[in-house]
Amino acid sequence: MNNSYLPYFLCLVFFCVGLYGVLRKRNIIKIIIGLVICEYAANLFLVLVGYKMGGRSPLYSPDQSILDMVDPLPQALVLTSIVIGLATTALVVGIAIRIYEKYGTFDITKISKLKG
Amino acid sequence: MSYDNKDKGMTLIVKTITGLTVGLILLYGLYITLHGHISPGGGFAGGVIVAISFIHLMLAFGREEALRILPKTFISVLESVGALLFLGIAILGFMGGYFFLDWFSKGKPFELFSAGSIIFSNIAIALKVGLGLFGIFLVLILLKFTSKDE
Amino acid sequence: MLELNILLIFMILGALIALEVKDLLSAVVALGASGLGLCIVFLILKAPDLAITQLVVEILCLIILIRATIKKDLPFSTSGRWVFNTIVSFVFIIIFLYLGYLAIKDLPPFGYPLMRISQFYLDHAKELVRSANLVSSIILNFRAYDTLGEATVLFASVVGVMTVMRKKGRKKLEEKEEDEL
Repeated sequence: MNNSYLPYFLCLVFFCVGLYGVLRKRNIIKIIIGLVICEYAANLFLVLVGYKMGGRSPLYSPDQSILDMVDPLPQALVLTSIVIGLATTALVVGIAIRIYEKYGTFDITKISKLKG
Repeated sequence: MSYDNKDKGMTLIVKTITGLTVGLILLYGLYITLHGHISPGGGFAGGVIVAISFIHLMLAFGREEALRILPKTFISVLESVGALLFLGIAILGFMGGYFFLDWFSKGKPFELFSAGSIIFSNIAIALKVGLGLFGIFLVLILLKFTSKDE
Repeated sequence: MLELNILLIFMILGALIALEVKDLLSAVVALGASGLGLCIVFLILKAPDLAITQLVVEILCLIILIRATIKKDLPFSTSGRWVFNTIVSFVFIIIFLYLGYLAIKDLPPFGYPLMRISQFYLDHAKELVRSANLVSSIILNFRAYDTLGEATVLFASVVGVMTVMRKKGRKKLEEKEEDEL
């Protein structure tokens, strides 16, 4: 693989680690951790796409005129996405705590047996 | 704040350090919010820092102390006020023509009062994000006490 | 960009440890290490706004997850169709990796983005908005509709948490009538 695609591929592997957690783990807290990892990987990929080689951060300076900036549009989209991700994680944690109160366990295979 | 109440919250060391630092954390959150248009930061980061300062207070002193400073109805009202303020800034654009038109005076760049309505939008978003996240945390904590009583 | 690759590998290792360790509190702490690595990666990628937000959000996320793991840990049972499940999930992940590899090959290479839309913002933001921070001027002036939608989603999430964690559930009307009878 060409070296310039290596960060994209590592980001994809990072996403797959989170996917493995969601698919394979039985504990609800581990599933939530996998979801958080997937969210980090998606945010990271959007910022990686907007990076410009040798660019500066998108802030104007009073003394000098900066010509080569990185792409500010993915950064603006990801900024809202991070805060939404925190609120969504809190919602999932609330549902997990309710499940623990009702069934007394975090194991999803036992929960499917204990109906009612 | 009551430093000598041994039943609520953590030990005396944690309470003293919290009393020294929590004001600085809140002040830093306000700084990040108000300078969002001339330096990195903005309403989202500032709001989360404000929420963290109240959560810090609650973890050290117990939930009654934090609820005495910021009552529960006050939180939900202020969060809705933040959302309505942001919508109000958007509707104010109709005075100049269309939705989200920025008709405030722009001023010079790199000054505190510049860039039109961005500073008001930052304050509205900081209210919304900060008090919303603090409300979420408060609800998650309150359940533990009620389930123990029953 | 050697340091970027090293930090990404560090984050992958942190995520693997967070998923594989037995103790739940250690898993949450390893997730925090991964998130702080993401914060430094944002700094390397020249996004200071995102770095500040990711740092504080990571702290709050850790506190909320520790609140969930305060209950005692459970032993992992490996009964059932353990081999079959593992093989199926690994085959699925390998197919996903291959498709992702095919998709990534068609992207522009890392470090040379297409900036068709952003070039307008870079050229005109200083005269039109007069804000020194370009990210702030995009999310609150050029694309404020996006932020309004985000506020709506956040409000819905807060209302959802308060509904799930309410003390007593309301009974349906018919059940209440049956109780009275």
